[in-house]
Amino acid sequence: MNWKRSAIAAAVAAPFIVLLAYGLTKDPREIPSPLPGRQAPDFALQVFLPGEGPMARNIGDTVSLAAMRGKVVVVNFWASWCLECITEHQDLSLAARQLAGKPVQFVGVLYNDVVDAGRQWVADRGGEAYPALNDPGARVAIDYGLYGVPETFVIDPAGKVAYKHTGPIWAGLLTAKVDSILAATPRTPGQ
Amino acid sequence: MTLSVRRWRIGALAAALALASGPVAAQLAGKPPAIPDSVVEARTTALASTLRCPVCQGLSLQDSPSELAQQMRSLIKDQVAAGKSDAEVKEYFLSKYGEFILLEPRARGFNLLAYLLPAAVLVAGGLVVWWNVRRWTQPADAGPSPGEPPAG
Amino acid sequence: MTRLIALDALWFALAVSAVGGIVAPIAIARGRRAWLSIAQGAVYANFALVTVATVAMVFGLVTHDFSISYVAQVGSRATPVFYTIISLWGALEGSILFWAWVLALYSTLVVYFNRNRPGNLVPFAASTLLVVALFFHVLLVGPANPFHLVSPVPADGPGPNPLLQNHILMAVHPPLLYLGYVGMSVPFAFAVGAMLSGESSDDAWIRLTRRWTLLAWGFLSAAIIAGMWWSYEVLGWGGYWAWDPVENASFIPWLTATAFLHSVMVQERRGMLKLWNVNLVVGTFVLTILGTFLTRSGIISSVHAFTQGTIGYYFLGFIAIVLIGSAVLVAGNSEKLRSDGRLDAPLSRESVFLLNNLFLTVFMFTVLVGTLFPLVAEAFRGVKVSVGEPFFNRMTLPVVVALLFLMGVGPALPWRRGDWPALRRKMLPAAVVGVVLGGLVFALGARNPYGVLAFAFGGFAAALNVGEYVIGVRARREAHGEGVGTALVRLFAGNRRRYGGYVAHLGIFVVALGVAASSTFRTEREATLRPGETLTLGAVNARLKEVWAREEPQRAVIGATVELLKDGQPHAVMSPRMNIYPMSQQPVPTPDVRSTPVGDTYMNLMSFAQDGSTATIKVINEPLVPWIWLGGGIICLGAMVAGWPARRMA
Repeated sequence: MNWKRSAIAAAVAAPFIVLLAYGLTKDPREIPSPLPGRQAPDFALQVFLPGEGPMARNIGDTVSLAAMRGKVVVVNFWASWCLECITEHQDLSLAARQLAGKPVQFVGVLYNDVVDAGRQWVADRGGEAYPALNDPGARVAIDYGLYGVPETFVIDPAGKVAYKHTGPIWAGLLTAKVDSILAATPRTPGQ
Repeated sequence: MTLSVRRWRIGALAAALALASGPVAAQLAGKPPAIPDSVVEARTTALASTLRCPVCQGLSLQDSPSELAQQMRSLIKDQVAAGKSDAEVKEYFLSKYGEFILLEPRARGFNLLAYLLPAAVLVAGGLVVWWNVRRWTQPADAGPSPGEPPAG
Repeated sequence: MTRLIALDALWFALAVSAVGGIVAPIAIARGRRAWLSIAQGAVYANFALVTVATVAMVFGLVTHDFSISYVAQVGSRATPVFYTIISLWGALEGSILFWAWVLALYSTLVVYFNRNRPGNLVPFAASTLLVVALFFHVLLVGPANPFHLVSPVPADGPGPNPLLQNHILMAVHPPLLYLGYVGMSVPFAFAVGAMLSGESSDDAWIRLTRRWTLLAWGFLSAAIIAGMWWSYEVLGWGGYWAWDPVENASFIPWLTATAFLHSVMVQERRGMLKLWNVNLVVGTFVLTILGTFLTRSGIISSVHAFTQGTIGYYFLGFIAIVLIGSAVLVAGNSEKLRSDGRLDAPLSRESVFLLNNLFLTVFMFTVLVGTLFPLVAEAFRGVKVSVGEPFFNRMTLPVVVALLFLMGVGPALPWRRGDWPALRRKMLPAAVVGVVLGGLVFALGARNPYGVLAFAFGGFAAALNVGEYVIGVRARREAHGEGVGTALVRLFAGNRRRYGGYVAHLGIFVVALGVAASSTFRTEREATLRPGETLTLGAVNARLKEVWAREEPQRAVIGATVELLKDGQPHAVMSPRMNIYPMSQQPVPTPDVRSTPVGDTYMNLMSFAQDGSTATIKVINEPLVPWIWLGGGIICLGAMVAGWPARRMA
């Protein structure tokens, strides 16, 4: 055995192992979005479920992001065929109700689904605290770089994407994100 | 005829279907000169072949039968018809999905490594083969090579 | 009961492998001769024990013993017996068990066929195989234990993964893949055994290795083709190869094994390339384990990847041991493996084999780089990138064209010293065939340079290949006055290795032709039709008859009945479908394929109106795709001709 050559060969092979070890610590399904920190893509979508309280909108009205400048906007993409959306459904409504008194607007955007199915899904789960919008052709979803549902975007009062969440979100995380944005913005927004 | 199976699912598909034939991007102000359909078709196919379907794994938008891929193809088609260049369409998807959406890494900066390493192995291996073939074909019983002065 | 017997068998197998794999080689190295037979006996014992566990699992599956965790995971009373049995490899734990069994089987055959061989080579090889087995046993009693107790015992299970039970090829592809993958452990074991026993500079081990490599290579080739066929029939996009990481994982070791099958001839005839061959053998094995790691750890996202868990870390540890261990062993023995090469002339078959190995290595390296580059980019740039079909096509097609060229020139050149005028005489008619074929596809509208070149060089090489048969047959006819058929059979029988290789080459040409034609001349059209409306694509007129739906116990099926028209009259019916499983987000496409010798009509149902008034169907014209499957069969035939043991042929 030539141990010197052995040592060199082992040293050459080792980085390969390190690379694989590094790969094991990463989740291949987690793909960073380029959107946070950038201006959120505008949208104008029709309401098909009104929601409740100060966040409510009339069915048939068009909701546009530009018109909500000055508020923190939470955009949740969902679908009635999405299993994980069931998990987060209660939490989203809970967070919306907790934040109802503040300059915050939640909207749900239906992704690749029919309105009737979405309406039935919400009714089956005892309603939703915020309006639901329809996104025909998934154009807005593509504009937001959607990889799947559910995904949730938090947009600051200046219209920038402050946070993107992939997979089911929970109330505590969402209210904390919104509150920290509110705390960081001046009291009189929109001036 | 009614299809009663899993109403919600069929509905979702029907919605997608309704949209596939949907909007054409003629609404742009200052319409560019109309591009022939066959050109739009060909460029859409070419572009969709270089972009990755986000909900499938490893398939291009062109190959994927998934709903989102169909919608993204129709979006590409609209953008091409509206006069956007191939680079602009790619840039659009890049700004939304990040580099992950490109099926082929851009050949610049660090990514060049993926292109240059195989080429380097080919060149290095070729040199090794060439050098060995030369060495092994030299006659074993050859006397001093012509360049050297004879001994003595 | 079944569960406990199986679990005990696995623990005993673990102990036996540890004794035979670790204790025995140490004892043998210290001169204890008695341990020579213990190492080999351990192989038989391990096979018996793993067989008990595997049979127990099949028994548990068939008898719906839901107290066994694996059965509770993949079994269901509604699943037909056939799919119940093949669900043995339908999920992670079962596939590891099956893997361990295939490995035990190979090990037993290796030891049995070499039982009378003197020297330490076989005992050390047996120990190496047992160390590999030990790893799988650790998985089986640890993170991939399929025999956990489920309590309380459920009344029924969910059944196997729908994607795996909707096509018969799932019964064929995984076992072939395991036979190919695991088979590569045998040459590795011989290489390690030769180095440990100090017999590495002797050529004996390499002679033993060649036939085992050929066997594993044949299985792996068949597995790759079967996998292509499966994704073509099941995944609904009309393609068969997407450069998916898991596809690459099976292809990478195939490339190194192919390189070995060629370079081993140079060692056998000329005593050269010893070190290089050891590297290829060891590398192939490491790449199979890497491939398994990629599939089983969830490290790289892929259509085929199993769920992740701690098992990735076990695999990582094993790869580290195997890779570092082999590197140390091979580098340490590199001086012994040095060979004083002699080449008579640069123009010779030896030189072509060197170039063939160069290009196969570059091919392998390119696919490996492309597969792992997303990981590298993430580590160094912090950005996720994709490396897909456009990259692999751009980078590998030039190499493919070069290899096709060499496949033509190699067999046309003699060993030792080639003669340029003779080669030119052989090449000229073949070059005409190549140019005509390339020109023909160009005239037919092919504009992709590599598509045209693939046809040209493939035609050139195939013509040279056929020329070799013609030359051989003609020589026999002249010498012995035989008929063409007799001459051809005797030609093969006289030199099965050589002509088996040529048959395998022929298979490769047929595959290449199918791939080149289907990627160059594929046409497709998608249309939304009402019943009675027709979609026209080339010669195909597809008329939608109706859209239907049907509820089945485990799924809903929506289908379109489409008639193919000839002169306005229906002559065939196709029904692409969509299967909707309650637990999956996307409907599972179930395309319909109609094959003819010159190509397939591939039809997929893309979407449909809720009221059944319209359906969107995609029709793809896939020229020569069936040739790919045919070529796969020819490759396997070639491997059999070349590798079948001599006494049975006589």
